[in-house]
Amino acid sequence: MSDEQPIFPEELTWERPDSSRIPFMVYTDEELHKKELERFFYRNHWNYVGLEAEIPNAGDFKRTVVGERSVIMVRDDDGSINVIENVCAHRGMRFCRARHGNRPDFVCPYHQWSYSRKGDLQGVPFRRGVKRDGKVEGGMPKDFKPADHNLTKLKVATRGGVVFASFDHDVESLEDYIGPKILAYFDRIFDGRELTILGYNRQRIPGNWKLMQENIKDPYHPGLLHTWFVTFGLWRADNKSEMKIDDHGRHAAMISTRGAAGKAGEVTDVSSFKDGMTLHDPRLVDIVPEDWWNGPTAVMTTIFPNVILQQQVNSVSTRHIQPRGHGEFDFVWTHFGFADDSADMTRRRLRQANLFGPAGFVSADDGEVIEFSQESFDSNPSHRTLVELGGREVGDTDHMVTETLIRGMYRYWRKVMEV
Amino acid sequence: MEFRDYYALSQLYTEYALAIDSGNWDDWPEFFIDECIYRLQPRENYERGFPLATLAFESKAMLKDRVYGVRETLFHDPYYQRHVVSAPAVRKWQKDRIESEANYAVFRTKLSEPSIVYNVGRYIDVVVRTSEGLKFASRECIYDTEMIPNSIIYPI
Ligand code: FES
Ligand SMILES: [Fe+2]
Repeated sequence: MSDEQPIFPEELTWERPDSSRIPFMVYTDEELHKKELERFFYRNHWNYVGLEAEIPNAGDFKRTVVGERSVIMVRDDDGSINVIENVCAHRGMRFCRARHGNRPDFVCPYHQWSYSRKGDLQGVPFRRGVKRDGKVEGGMPKDFKPADHNLTKLKVATRGGVVFASFDHDVESLEDYIGPKILAYFDRIFDGRELTILGYNRQRIPGNWKLMQENIKDPYHPGLLHTWFVTFGLWRADNKSEMKIDDHGRHAAMISTRGAAGKAGEVTDVSSFKDGMTLHDPRLVDIVPEDWWNGPTAVMTTIFPNVILQQQVNSVSTRHIQPRGHGEFDFVWTHFGFADDSADMTRRRLRQANLFGPAGFVSADDGEVIEFSQESFDSNPSHRTLVELGGREVGDTDHMVTETLIRGMYRYWRKVMEV
Repeated sequence: MEFRDYYALSQLYTEYALAIDSGNWDDWPEFFIDECIYRLQPRENYERGFPLATLAFESKAMLKDRVYGVRETLFHDPYYQRHVVSAPAVRKWQKDRIESEANYAVFRTKLSEPSIVYNVGRYIDVVVRTSEGLKFASRECIYDTEMIPNSIIYPI
């Protein structure tokens, strides 16, 4: 850093033309944050909103967010899914307060405007005024057309039971958006099987939302930060692993395989690589390989900008990133299973869920490191991080000693943000 | 139920809270019998019938594994915690088995920071008499504070 560089720069400056050194300012600036919302969350991109299994019946809804805008994902009469913005067309109230439920339609309590499950305006009290003494008082202007005042409707795409939405109706298809390479890992989990919801975990992490994407594009840290993995033999630096990244650099998959094929016993081996430490109750890692894994024991997929698809042995979940200003995001975990799971498999998924979430043996610490990174960024945004492990370029690798996926994300970020 | 028994139950609740606030994590599993249930679950999952818990342990051995994780492997900001627990309400009373519940509030205080309301909820318990006094056969912590302030490391 040169002496002239102020601690609180006005402009974003990159030390290198590539994305191997990331200015702290990308995590601290409210104007950049708004630009991110515009360009990644409200335009040109698909955002995860939920799973179809969360709203199985007509009228079932879930309130969630796209970026920082409140939306409702609702099951329509014909079985299709609509996503509508939770902003009343009258005076803008965020009318839906329930987080989930079942409704024939949506009514804004303020002045009782009512909307169908498609978001179409259906009723406006006193639209034609009130008759008194043969005279009509008030009412909406003659040229008022309900059809001009529907709720904002998002474009919706579903695949394998996962629901994405976009405010941008010109966005490319979800399949093109994800791209063939990463779509293969998406389809590996969501291959059309019926899903069952196991439940939610929610945490509010005081850090920039991108840090969570980075965390799951970072194969460098699991064996170092999450010593529980290492202690109980679930993670080794020589695990066979691959990093895959889409053409844009925005989505990625971290694929790892523990133990050699045919040696399933090794996967469930709980003996420690440190001091012969063993679990008092080995059921915590009672891992049973499943056919659909097709080899890898863990695949962590990041779909930019707002969802992580987790398969860590028998535990599967979606993790929804919901930004709240530049310095905070909510992180919502939806654990699920498959309708044909045996009772034992369900119990196993639930047991292994102890590893994940806001208290998880190998996840609670991810939230912590994100919080402490943000603390540094806010106090001196003139500095930058270093992501040069494995070089400065971007591309697939067949090992985990690399930060290539993070570089890929910022290469894409720079392009879209034009900075 | 005699006063002596209620006193013992009330003492169990208080001792539990004091123990997990003391930082002596090894004391925590000792409040449970070997075949026990401990669950920390958001109220939403509890009320909607979703089985997922934030933490779900099925034996005293698993609680010991958690203690090991808290002490040895989970990197976290150090903090104090302080439980305030209501007097237990007894729902069912048998000679050697009590079903009871109580409200709780946990405050978190990070070093040099103000104290915050961290986790509030309700304990739903099954307590049994053993040769070493009353112990939990089951303790479910059903919490209202569904949006966890980043992380929960120590036992509730
Ligand atoms: S603001 Fe919704 S009806 Fe008036
Ligand atoms: Fe991690």
